[in-house]
Amino acid sequence: MSQDSRVRVRIRVNGDVHEHEVEPRLLLVQYLRDVLGLTGTHVGCDTSHCGACTVLLDGEAVKSCTVLAVQADGGEVTTIEGLAQHGRLHPLQEAFWEHHGLQCGYCTPGMIMSALDLLNRHPDPDEETIRRGLEGNLCRCTGYQNIVRAVQAAAARMRAAEAAAAAGGGDD
Amino acid sequence: MIPAAFAYHRASSVDEAVRLLQELGDDARVLAGGHSLLPAMKLRLARPGAVVDIGRIEGLRGIRRQVDHVEVGALTRHADLAAARLPAGLEALAECADRIADPQVRRRGTIGGSLCHADPSADWPAAVLALEGQLVLVGPGGERVVPAAEWFVAPFMTALQPGEILTAIRFPVPQARSGSAYLKLARKASDFAIVGAAARVTVDGSGRCTGAAVGVTGVGDVPYRATAVEDLLVGRVLDDQVIAEAAARAVEGVDPVSDVHAGAEYRAQVAQVYVRRAVQEALGRALSQPA
Amino acid sequence: MALPIEPRPAQPGRVLGRVVRRKEDPRLITGTGSYVDDLRLPGMLHMAVVRSPHAHARITGIDTGRARSMPGVRAVITGEEVKDLCGPMPVGWSLQGLKAPVKYPLALDRVRHVGEAVAVVVAESPAAAADGAEAVQVGYEPLPAVTDPEAAMQDGSPLVWDDVPNNIAARFPLSGGDIEDAFRKADRVVKLRLVNQRLVPVPMEPRGVVAQAHPISGELTLWSSTQIPHILHALLPGLLNVPETRVRIVAPDVGGGFGCKLNLYAEEILAGALSLKLGRPVKWIERRSEHFMATIHGRDQINHVEAAVSGDGRILGIRARIIADIGAYHQLLTPAIPTFTPFMMSGVYAIPALDVEVIEVFTNKTPTDAYRGAGRPEATYLLERLVDTVARELGLDPVEVRRRNFIKADQFPYNTVSGLTYDSGDYEGALNKLLEKIDYEGFRRQQQEARQQGRLLGIGFSTYVEICGLAPSRIWGALGAGIGGWESATVRISPAGRVTVVTGTSPHGQGHQTSWSQIVAETLGVNYEDVEVLHGDTAVAPHGLDTYGSRSAAVGGTAVYMASVKLREKARRIAAHVLEATVDDVEFQVVDGQGRFHVKGAPQRHVTLAQVAAAAFTAHNLPDDVEPGMEATVFYDPTNFTYPFGAHACIVEVDPEDGRVKILRYVAVDDCGNVINPQLVEGQVHGGLAQGIAQALYEGVVYDEQGQLLTASLTDYAVPTAADLPSFETDRTVTPSPTNPLGVKGVGEAGTIGSTPCVVNAVIDALAHLGVRHIDMPLRPSRVWAAIQQAKASGGGQPA
Ligand SMILES: Cc1cc2nc3c(=O)[nH]c(=O)nc-3n(C[C@H](O)[C@H](O)[C@H](O)COP(=O)(O)OP(=O)(O)OC[C@H]3O[C@@H](n4cnc5c(N)ncnc54)[C@H](O)[C@@H]3O)c2cc1C
Ligand code: FES
Ligand code: FES
Repeated sequence: MSQDSRVRVRIRVNGDVHEHEVEPRLLLVQYLRDVLGLTGTHVGCDTSHCGACTVLLDGEAVKSCTVLAVQADGGEVTTIEGLAQHGRLHPLQEAFWEHHGLQCGYCTPGMIMSALDLLNRHPDPDEETIRRGLEGNLCRCTGYQNIVRAVQAAAARMRAAEAAAAAGGGDD
Repeated sequence: MIPAAFAYHRASSVDEAVRLLQELGDDARVLAGGHSLLPAMKLRLARPGAVVDIGRIEGLRGIRRQVDHVEVGALTRHADLAAARLPAGLEALAECADRIADPQVRRRGTIGGSLCHADPSADWPAAVLALEGQLVLVGPGGERVVPAAEWFVAPFMTALQPGEILTAIRFPVPQARSGSAYLKLARKASDFAIVGAAARVTVDGSGRCTGAAVGVTGVGDVPYRATAVEDLLVGRVLDDQVIAEAAARAVEGVDPVSDVHAGAEYRAQVAQVYVRRAVQEALGRALSQPA
Repeated sequence: MALPIEPRPAQPGRVLGRVVRRKEDPRLITGTGSYVDDLRLPGMLHMAVVRSPHAHARITGIDTGRARSMPGVRAVITGEEVKDLCGPMPVGWSLQGLKAPVKYPLALDRVRHVGEAVAVVVAESPAAAADGAEAVQVGYEPLPAVTDPEAAMQDGSPLVWDDVPNNIAARFPLSGGDIEDAFRKADRVVKLRLVNQRLVPVPMEPRGVVAQAHPISGELTLWSSTQIPHILHALLPGLLNVPETRVRIVAPDVGGGFGCKLNLYAEEILAGALSLKLGRPVKWIERRSEHFMATIHGRDQINHVEAAVSGDGRILGIRARIIADIGAYHQLLTPAIPTFTPFMMSGVYAIPALDVEVIEVFTNKTPTDAYRGAGRPEATYLLERLVDTVARELGLDPVEVRRRNFIKADQFPYNTVSGLTYDSGDYEGALNKLLEKIDYEGFRRQQQEARQQGRLLGIGFSTYVEICGLAPSRIWGALGAGIGGWESATVRISPAGRVTVVTGTSPHGQGHQTSWSQIVAETLGVNYEDVEVLHGDTAVAPHGLDTYGSRSAAVGGTAVYMASVKLREKARRIAAHVLEATVDDVEFQVVDGQGRFHVKGAPQRHVTLAQVAAAAFTAHNLPDDVEPGMEATVFYDPTNFTYPFGAHACIVEVDPEDGRVKILRYVAVDDCGNVINPQLVEGQVHGGLAQGIAQALYEGVVYDEQGQLLTASLTDYAVPTAADLPSFETDRTVTPSPTNPLGVKGVGEAGTIGSTPCVVNAVIDALAHLGVRHIDMPLRPSRVWAAIQQAKASGGGQPA
């Protein structure tokens, strides 16, 4: 059996295309952390529960510990490292900072990526929608309340920015 | 955290997948969304020598409306179904999909994968039983169709034969004035069901029940149709009293399981409650349809 | 030290007491933090642990041959070799008569709980290590296991350790007042049996360690996801037989601890030993399933309580027997934790007599140790459930019973029957503020109406006091601690005016970089942005006693404050010299956010702190008795503990058909003394509430009779998500602590301590009219439902 035969993958991560020969058993999270050195994506469990490893794959939040790198072949991944643009924080990052949405920070990258996915689907979520939308991410420090606040604040800012852009105004 | 080593094969068609499974034999496993298989492999509870990835086969993902049924491709993800616009009477599909796990899992997990995995606490079985899904299988000998009621054989065991692939589930479009609902009790958000109950109810112009189907998951060692409940519903005008009387038979002929989360007695009780609530909800939806 | 340490006022200052953006966050929100698993070193090897699948078994043989021959495997170590590599695991607490069996990082010939480490494999990659660990063949001969602590104490029970009769590790009695008299005078005796269930800490970052030994110099650097780099630094050199001077411990970014990283673990010792042996860096990262069986658990007490009560609801005395299931052996503080419970057992109440015995019992389970609250939540749970039961049995209102028993605001400092001296408090004040926020009478009406419709609403209260600011070293030593309780801080100003703080505390989410910067910025009149805080590396911060027990603000923060004042005093002397005035004539003032010294009555004659710093470094013109440089170090040993307190209320609805509990409101009024940063205080409260509520409703470790762990992953152990918790309504009162000049008390554990009984009291309140008296936690739907059925069956209800 060709058990250790490696497979070639080509994955665009935060805008850059990467190509590697990988073991089929390599998880996407290990590809990001160990092969690409993007250690902002964390691992908090081995049963696909905690969401610390959440990234966007083709624009949707997934748990990168439960996707093989070979399954992501040809795909496009966004990690926490890809959020800030030109040295400017993403509104979600700003809001987590402003509203104390993190303490130890371990859940934070995954939480922010899930929140981003949520806001992509629900630009104006109520509290219940936010809480349900973050069901796949555990935080042991914050009791979630300030995370909810941060997501609400970011949503408002992103909507305002969008409205301003639509009105032909500036981008902020 | 790290699966044992395996060989990876990506199938580009159902035929290729079937052929690969035949070649690779017992040691091979189909990989769909991977959200049951990969967690088991990471804990090394499953250690297939080969994996056949069917995730990119064209045409297996999506919801197609046919004349008398709705065909859901096996690779249709929970999230796709949760967001789908479905004909009246099939609401329980979206409702069920939306209560599975969490947003990330719903982005990867597929209805076909869940049905083949056949976890006795999974959500899909209840809805697929109540909506009388027909499972379409393709194997070395061609295609065959298995009704949901014959699919679940034992915990984690189905009527799927070696070398077969589930390609789609067909749901008959319910008659006019039908409604369906799925309700779930879990220990906490995003958990598997302690009890999951799906009900479909059809009523005639006078409000009499002309058809009913109830699927229950999490309670027995396999998900089941609560036919004793159905029998008491059909032919009657459904008021709270009648529904409660029927729902009281939700575990008839079933041995409820006991585990860390809940004992058998509790499961039996809550099955009745959730079946009752699901039937009420389904009835409400049926009655809101124009006669 | 004759420093003029003026107490800080309770009002917010310029920076201190206000919300500022955390200094920690820019790296953490961008994915550029550095947790242990993020560390990559050249030549690094990876360690995997082979663990026991049995709760109790003799090891009949270990075959490592196949593992050794696997590709990439570099070493396999079993119990046979472990004694050559390191010493036995230390116990950091002594009690009279304590049985502390010798325990090595790997099992020698017998395993005593599921998950105990039996062997380790070191390999070139994590995958190769995992494959290698799987290939190690261990032969076991199962032995009868004991999992119920009450059964374990019986004669004839299987023994976890052959030389520990009845599995009793220690008995710890604590009494005060005249208990016989209390029960003689009692109008009524109220009894309860409570189980405070076992919990798993589950910080989101699992444990992990990287050890790097230099093959030539023998220097060892060890990065660990730990709360206690300094304590590790005190312990590891001896265990590994390396001179202390050659060991450096680093706690990098740490993803939460909650007490479980206040320990020295087998894997830290083994990684260090193997790196020394192999001359290459060795990394071990805990898998979450390992966390459930190989990291300490918390709580796990059975409480038999009896209260002597007067007819008007006054508690005259409490008798209790506490059976603490401590698991299979001692981790660092295992014996200590249950002994904290009796000290806090009179809580916020003036209870004249107490008689408690704590019995610590070995069982075939994972060891217990400190988990958020560590012995205090158990005391508060017991007491607050008791007070509610007293009210219920006497037909009194639970709020009124609390009032009748409170220690009054004018009674502080208050000496408790357990021998503590509460520093300050106003328990009734907190309760009054709480009651302002909930319309209590309105709720009682609503509750009645709801009952008519078959809906079950309930309200629960909890008024608590806890003990923080660990610890006055002398008292700590007398209690049995192996270490002191002081804290150190250094504050220095660079020639360019930047301020560096070096602290001995070791944060893992609390935000010390932020809080300590606020203290220093306020005290020295510098910009918050210009302060940096260094911690968690024994090469940078050699002295400290780390972060646990909500000690950091009260002890570490005070040390930082005192070091700032000391530095300011030095600056004042230099300023006086420069201004040609006497020191007493020179005053410090902050003008436009800038610290400066001026001559009394002549504000135009001034120098700025930055100018003084420049003068201190050029040293061209310093007073004779002043050294160059701008740096001050303080070691601060507190004179007393601090005692934060609060009052919580919770409103729930119980679904009578399925037993589900929904929290409709949770209101918390906490008092942690003066506040350094309101946002961080609120954050600590939120997180604490979540964990306390989780104990009440969701979490609990389950072992079967054979000692198999049934809740061994996040699949079966229910850590709540955002959707399982309500929004909390929080507020505070401020009663400064007189113990330290900052007036702070600590807030790390308050929420956890107050909330657990509050939720349970609410659920019982919802069901009491049906005849339900108590339900053991977690209040899962199935348990609540069963309690309702049982009460109905026994016809115990009262009319609604
Ligand atoms: C954290 C977490 C929480 C979850 N919570 C829930 C929950 O609340 N409720 C619930 O119902 N489920 C839950 N699940 C399971 C989830 O729904 C899975 O996605 C689903 O069970 C499997 O679908 P999949 O496509 O991922 O299948 P895979 O994991 O790819 O496959 C599962 C099994 O089915 C076989 N298989 C898959 N597709 C086919 C096919 N087309 N033909 C033949 N064989 C096939 C595979 O060989 C494998 O044996 C949870 C999973 C996780 C990780
Ligand atoms: S690491 Fe926990 S879900 Fe991926
Ligand atoms: S901030 Fe620590 S786990 Fe969320």
